[in-house]
Amino acid sequence: MSASNTAAKPRLKGKTITLAHGAGGKAMRDLINDVFVDGFANETLAALEDQARISLDSLNALGGTLAMTTDSYVVDPLFFPGGDIGKLAVAGTVNDLAVGGAVPLYLTCGMIIEEGFAVDDLRRIVASMKATADAAGVKIVTGDTKVVHKGAADKLFINTAGVGVIPHGIDIRTQRARAGDVVIINGYVGDHGAAIADARGDMALESHIETDCCALNGLIAAMLDVCPDIHCLRDATRGGIATVLNEFADASDTCIRIREEALPVRAEVRGLSELLGLDPLYLANEGKLVAIVPADASAKVLSAMQAHPAGEHSAIIGHVVEAPHGSVILETGFGGERIVDMLVGEQLPRIC
Amino acid sequence: MKYVDEFRDPKAARRLIDEIAVLLDRIPAAKQRPLQIMEFCGGHTHTIFRYGIEQMLPGRIELVHGPGCPVCVLPMGRVDDCVALAERPDVIFATFGDAMRVPGSKKSLLQAKADGADIRMVYSPLDALELARRNPDRQVIFFGLGFETTMPSTALTVLQAQRENRDNFSLFCNHITTVPTIKAILDSPDMQLDGFLAPGHVSMVVGEGPFEFVADTYKKPIVITGFEPLDIVQSLWMVIRQLAEGRCEVENQYARVVPKQGNPAGLDAIHQVFELREFFEWRGLGSIDHSGVKMRDAFARFDAERKFAVPNLKIADPKSCQCGEVLKGVIRPWECKVFGGTCTPETPLGALMVSSEGACAAYYNFGNLPELLAKRNDKQRHEASA
Repeated sequence: MSASNTAAKPRLKGKTITLAHGAGGKAMRDLINDVFVDGFANETLAALEDQARISLDSLNALGGTLAMTTDSYVVDPLFFPGGDIGKLAVAGTVNDLAVGGAVPLYLTCGMIIEEGFAVDDLRRIVASMKATADAAGVKIVTGDTKVVHKGAADKLFINTAGVGVIPHGIDIRTQRARAGDVVIINGYVGDHGAAIADARGDMALESHIETDCCALNGLIAAMLDVCPDIHCLRDATRGGIATVLNEFADASDTCIRIREEALPVRAEVRGLSELLGLDPLYLANEGKLVAIVPADASAKVLSAMQAHPAGEHSAIIGHVVEAPHGSVILETGFGGERIVDMLVGEQLPRIC
Repeated sequence: MKYVDEFRDPKAARRLIDEIAVLLDRIPAAKQRPLQIMEFCGGHTHTIFRYGIEQMLPGRIELVHGPGCPVCVLPMGRVDDCVALAERPDVIFATFGDAMRVPGSKKSLLQAKADGADIRMVYSPLDALELARRNPDRQVIFFGLGFETTMPSTALTVLQAQRENRDNFSLFCNHITTVPTIKAILDSPDMQLDGFLAPGHVSMVVGEGPFEFVADTYKKPIVITGFEPLDIVQSLWMVIRQLAEGRCEVENQYARVVPKQGNPAGLDAIHQVFELREFFEWRGLGSIDHSGVKMRDAFARFDAERKFAVPNLKIADPKSCQCGEVLKGVIRPWECKVFGGTCTPETPLGALMVSSEGACAAYYNFGNLPELLAKRNDKQRHEASA
C-alpha cells in the first residue's frame, strides 16, 4: 500500500484482481484506496506514507518493552464456519502479542493475491479484518499488496505483523513453569482444526463445527488484572495444546500432568476425531490459550476467565510437577496414563 | 458420547483387572514368567497405548504387539512401486492418509508429492472413483491396502468401476490377509505367545470360523476383540479365564458387531474381485505364502500392476532392524538396537516405527522414552558382560 495518492473515491473496476492491480500504477492505486484504505479506515493508514508513524511517547506511556511479531496465513478454504482468513490474520497476530503480556496496538497487512481472485471476496475479507481489529482495539496502519500469476499462489495469502507494549512488571515466559503451578485452558480444544477439516467437505458431516478464532487480548488483560504474575501463557495454534504443553515442560524442565476428564472437548470434535483417528490434543485452535499460574492465584484467574466471553468454558486441566523432566503426561479417563509427545509431521487419518 | 463412554468406564476396567489378577494365581505358567498375549491388530495397539492400558495390568501379563498394521508391514519395494506410479505425468494417485509417510527405498509418497507428483489423500476408494469421474483425461490409481477390513470397500469400488465401464480407474492392490500371517507367527520356532486378541474389524467381515485353527491346532485361546479400551480389558480377562480353566477356544467379545458367519455380502465382493497371491512380502517378516491377494483376470483392466509398468523390485529391510523379533514377541520394541536412535517416527527404518499403530511408534510416542532407552542400554551392557 505504498502508492501516494490522496484521492479516496472508490474507483476500482472489474470483478477480479488482475496483474495490473499489483503493477504499481493506477489500477493498484485504485485497489489500495478503494479496498484497503476505505476498508481499514484509520488516519495513520490514510496518510498513505511508505511507513506508519507512531509516537514513542504514546508507547512509553504504556510500558517499558516493545513487543513485535509476524505471522503468515495460508489457510484453505479462505472462508469456513465462524471465520475466514482475514479474521484469522488479525486475531492470530493480536494473540501472539497478547500471550507475551503485551497490549497489542498496531498491525501491518501484506497481501499476496493470485490473479483472478474475486474483488468481492477481497472486500469481504478486508471487512472481516477491520471488524476483528476493531473488536481487539488495534489498528491496521500499513501494508503491502502483491498480485502473482495464476497458479503462483493459492488464491490469497496474508501476512500480518504486530506491535504492542508489555507493561512494567509483567514477565510471562515459557521457562517460568514451577512444580505446584496450575494449568488452565480457556475452553473447548480442537474446534478450529475440526472446522477446517469439515469445511474442506471431505467428511460430509451432519453437524457443523465452528472455528474458535478470536482475539484473546481482552481475556488476557482480565487475567493479568487479577494475577500479574502469570508464569506462562501461549495460544495453542498448530500442533494444538499438546505442543504448547511440551514447549512449557521442555523450556522449564518440569513435567506437566493433565487429566483427560478435565479437558473440554466438544462432542462433535470428539466424534470427528474418533472417525478420522485424530487426537484433539493435537488439533489446531485459533482462540485457545494455555496458562500456567501459581496455585494460590488459580481460583481467581479461573473466575476472571469464566467471566469473560472468550473464556466462559475455562477449566483447570492439570498441574506442574518436578519429574520426569521435560515431559507431558496425560492421565486417561480410563484410569491409565501416557506420555503426550510433540507431533511428528502432521496428523494423518488412519486407514482403519 | 452415547455408545462410546460406556466402553471407557474406569470402574468396570478396575473390576476386570482385579479379576484378572485372581485368575493369574490359578495359572501355573504365570508364576514362572509373564504371560504373553498378542493383539494382532494395529487398532488394538493404538487403543492400548492411547489409554495407557498396559501399565494398568498386572506385571504378570505382557502385551505383544503383532503385525496387524497394514501400513507398517508394507515392504519398501511396494512403496517404490507406488512412487513410480504416482510420478507418471498422466496419473492421479489416490491413497489413505497414513500411507503417505511410509518410507520407500528412496522416498515416501509425501516426499513424492512435494516433488510434484499428483497424490491425493482420500477417505474411501469411492472417493478415488469420484476423482476418476471428475478427471476423465487422467488415469486415477487407487492404492488399495489393508486386511479384510478394507477389502470389501475396494472390491465394491472395482465392481462399480466395471459397471460404469470406466477406463481411467485402476487399483494398485496391496491387500493382505490375516490368517496366513497369524499362522506364520504361530509356526515360528521362537514363538512364545500364550494367547491372542483377534482383530475385530477383520472378523466383522470373515466371521469367527477362520480363527478356529488357533484354538484347535495350536491350542491357544483367541478372543475376537473390539476397539474400545474396555473391549480390550474384557478380552484379556476372557483369554486369561480360558488359560485358568485350561480351555482354548475362539470366543467373541465383539459380538455386538461381529456375526459368527461374518459379512456374506462383503465376502462375496472380495471373492468376485480378488484371488490369493502365491507369495506376498511383509516388511519385517519376509515372504508369507498366500498372505496377499491380487485381482482376478476378469478385472485385469482395473489392475494397475498390469495396466502400467511397475519396477516391482525387492528391497531388503535394513539389517539393523529387529522388526521380525518384535513382531513375534521375542524382544520388546524398545529392546531393538536401533529404537529411538537411528529409527524414530521422523526417520523410520523399520516397519513398526512408521504408522501411529505400529508398536515401536506407539512406544516412542506414548512411552517414557528416556526410561525405555536406559532400560535397553542396561540390558545391552548386561548381555555384553555375560
